[in-house]
Amino acid sequence: MSKNPYETLGVKKDATAAQIKSAYLKLAKQHHPDLNPGDKKAEERFKMINAANDLLGDTEKRARFDRGEIDASGQERPPQPSHERKFYRGFAEGAQGGRYRGAGPGGADTEAFHDIFADLFRNQGQGGPFPGGTGAQARDFRMRGADQRYQLSVSFIEAALGASRRLTLPDGRTLDVTVPPGLESGQVLRLRGQGDPGIGSSPAGDALIEVDIMPHPYFRREGDDIHLDLPVTAAEAALGAKIAVPTPAGPVTMSIPRHSDTGKQLRLRGRGILARGDRPAGDLYVTLKIVLGVPDAALEEALKTFYERHPIDPRQHLVETS
Amino acid sequence: MITLHRVCQEVPGLTEEVLLHWLAQDWVRPEQQGGEPNFREIDVARVRLIRELHTELEVDEPTLPLVLSLLDQLYAARRQLRLVLETLDPPVRESLAETLRPLIAVEY
Repeated sequence: MSKNPYETLGVKKDATAAQIKSAYLKLAKQHHPDLNPGDKKAEERFKMINAANDLLGDTEKRARFDRGEIDASGQERPPQPSHERKFYRGFAEGAQGGRYRGAGPGGADTEAFHDIFADLFRNQGQGGPFPGGTGAQARDFRMRGADQRYQLSVSFIEAALGASRRLTLPDGRTLDVTVPPGLESGQVLRLRGQGDPGIGSSPAGDALIEVDIMPHPYFRREGDDIHLDLPVTAAEAALGAKIAVPTPAGPVTMSIPRHSDTGKQLRLRGRGILARGDRPAGDLYVTLKIVLGVPDAALEEALKTFYERHPIDPRQHLVETS
Repeated sequence: MITLHRVCQEVPGLTEEVLLHWLAQDWVRPEQQGGEPNFREIDVARVRLIRELHTELEVDEPTLPLVLSLLDQLYAARRQLRLVLETLDPPVRESLAETLRPLIAVEY
């Protein structure tokens, strides 16, 4: 990328700002990668053109370059985000590009080869629509419909307990999707026969739904188990208590034993991911976290007196092992 | 989840008002989640492309839908051609390549 920016834009060293802009626009239109999906090198050329324009389009930078203070590659590209830019063409040819098929709202399905394929299938055994074409194979053409891919985001709770969701497809159809309990992120659900219709007497394709699970503010999942950090007061931990604990399926009452401390882990059996098939339900692991709450003079006084009488060093083992 | 607000942060110079207008025109079609648009990477890349077409490549607003429609058809055609080629069994593929070689200059 260290080519001379004047050469890149094809302008003379004394070109005016207007000439540079005009040269840049012409080249950018010609080489934009998204307008040249078949040309692998377009992206590199487009980046070079942009880099050259960033340098020469800025009077101050151009002057510094001309004086030899900076070289052609010594520039950062200011308007781009810090990570490598991903062009549209990188997505448009994948399954997700199907979202942008057709001509907009209510528009006809303009899948570009649809008519050509229709001709192909109609002309089976008749020599094809074009002189010299063969087209003599497979008189009764049959082809299974194509699979269609969709993406669906579900909440943590929906993935844990299972749910049913209605998906509205880009073409306006709706699909009812049953999310089984215990679903994992990235898992693909297959809805048979919900893809594109088949040709001839062949079955329709499938709808493949890739599910993305959104993180939960306080539940974490590990396999079939769920973990939760549970804030408790010092009194609840020291004296024991019965408290309500949130679980994916709703709150349940749990006993905290006397003399508990921060970090103590308690298990609520069967309160994790719901059972399905022959897999038993996972457990909910609750880790206690003692919270002192609002400052209070009486509590401060009590703590002070207590620790003066019963000095302890909770960090003793850290010192010993260091 | 990529919200409207975040797209505008990622694409320099883009305002929420303009982006909402593009959604209303159906130029960008993010999923809806709880009544809010949830953008995927493809949608963000498309927003960036539309912005570039408009601001740098001098495509004015009345012409934009035409350019987008042609691009969408181009990508649909490429997607379908790719799918067709992926469906072919290796022997069919080879024989097709033999037949087409004189007609198309294929880059490897």
